Amino acid sequence: MSAVMITRKVTRKWEKLPGKNTFCCDGRVMMGRQKGVFYLTLFLIVGTCSLFFAFECPYLAVHLSPAIPVFAVLLFVFVMAMLLRTSFSDPGVLPRALPEEANFIEMEIEAANGNVMAGQRPPPRIKNVQINNQIVKLKYCYTCKIFRPPRASHCSICDNCVDRFDHHCPWVGNCVGKRNYRYFYLFTLSLSLLTIYIFAFNIVHVVLRSVDSGFVNTIKETPGTVLEVLVCFFTLWSVVGLTGFHTYLISLNQTTNEDIKGSWSGKNRVQNPYSHKSIIKNCCEVLCSPTYPSVLDRRGVMLEDLSSPTPSDASAASTHQSSNPVSQTTKSSAPLIPNEHTPDEAKPGIGSGTQKSTSSPKEEKPPSPTSPNAVAPAVIKESSH
Amino acid sequence: KETEFMIRSECSLRHSASLANKVFIQRDYTDGTVCKFQTKFPSELESRIERTLFEDTVKTLNNYYAEAEKIGGQSYLEGCLACLTIYLIFLCIETRYEKVLKKISRYIQEQNEKVYAPRGLLITDPIERGMRVIEISVYEDRGSSGSSSGSSTTSSSGR
Repeated sequence: MSAVMITRKVTRKWEKLPGKNTFCCDGRVMMGRQKGVFYLTLFLIVGTCSLFFAFECPYLAVHLSPAIPVFAVLLFVFVMAMLLRTSFSDPGVLPRALPEEANFIEMEIEAANGNVMAGQRPPPRIKNVQINNQIVKLKYCYTCKIFRPPRASHCSICDNCVDRFDHHCPWVGNCVGKRNYRYFYLFTLSLSLLTIYIFAFNIVHVVLRSVDSGFVNTIKETPGTVLEVLVCFFTLWSVVGLTGFHTYLISLNQTTNEDIKGSWSGKNRVQNPYSHKSIIKNCCEVLCSPTYPSVLDRRGVMLEDLSSPTPSDASAASTHQSSNPVSQTTKSSAPLIPNEHTPDEAKPGIGSGTQKSTSSPKEEKPPSPTSPNAVAPAVIKESSH
Repeated sequence: KETEFMIRSECSLRHSASLANKVFIQRDYTDGTVCKFQTKFPSELESRIERTLFEDTVKTLNNYYAEAEKIGGQSYLEGCLACLTIYLIFLCIETRYEKVLKKISRYIQEQNEKVYAPRGLLITDPIERGMRVIEISVYEDRGSSGSSSGSSTTSSSGR
């Protein structure tokens, strides 16, 4: 054992996660890649509410009721909390398959496909499962090397498979999936209420003041009102419409992704197997089901194999990436048999099969460095028939 | 912690055994998206463990997950309370799912100690694999027939 104590920063798992997410606060916060529109959302909400508190509330509190600003504050706090919760939480990302699991699935696929004649296209990688008397096709994800669970989909912006994928929302700066859908819905709902509230009281305020001092003077005294009315007017149509749309989806227990693709549109007598056929039960399932934990373990500490430090281990430990771990680990680590369906990005993976021992979780510390290599030539050998 | 136990048991197995193979028990989606694993007995384990023991383990795990994901009075209460406190309450209390996950990891640790490690097997908690698979590592005694790359020859998968 070395007698020299090397103090090095603890590496947490979020630093080694593949995918294009941004992490903050040492892994506590997880967002998508493009955050510009999210800042715009923040600015619009905070800005409009500040104008409301500055211009309308003093007048309305005195002339109508002090409950008006109080309720506005509560609503504002709720909206911000839901927005931040949606934006900063893990939407339900499915971690990529480790090399052994990926190999196992590859061998299953090979066994299921049998011999493919040279020149013939191998069949698409699809598994059929029966859910509630409905055949559902599970597709294989070439990036994550897994068969996607039902309702999961791969987000190209975040480069992750997300469970119960709804959509990637740029306004929120994150994917909307199983874990944060209810926060997203509550955000749109409360934002609709807040917009309607501000809009309504703006009108009330202008009317009340105009009665006293005339319309033009009112606008001169509270110029912020014009801005608020403009923002609220345009926001109303989009946000209220969105809330209505999601309410409709929830009552049918569908995701935006399924709705866009027309998965359960009823043609070929295909019905939604996840719906409970009752609006109340569907709403309960989507909004009141237990909170699912994240399976990513972002803040877990990566244990280094101190007994046999390989050069790659040492470099991984000492060079800890800052918030955006778009590292070379995104590309495949298991040897992948290229076929017609392999997207071009996955093909270079053939050569890079040997790295990635550092990102495997704790108990995966390569017990026999021979095992991935022993399997790799075997798999490639099988393909050349 | 459970993972420390895994490392320790893996180390102790490693001293006398080497990792031969890994078997992956897949998810069973016939009841929808609830977390449930297939109870089909994989052929790779036929010589290592009795079928009933294996099936008991998987069925118990499935029951735990069903308990965690049950939508009923308690989940409504938790949901409403959390919503009213704008979800700040989760800074103080644990969700029901997290409590059940702890029970599951204790159960797996106990099963490993009593049933699987004596047979040269090791179960990995599904949460460490994204709740996709139950990974069972198969160890073989060092010095026995070197079938370390047995995975390539077992082309008949456990589907």
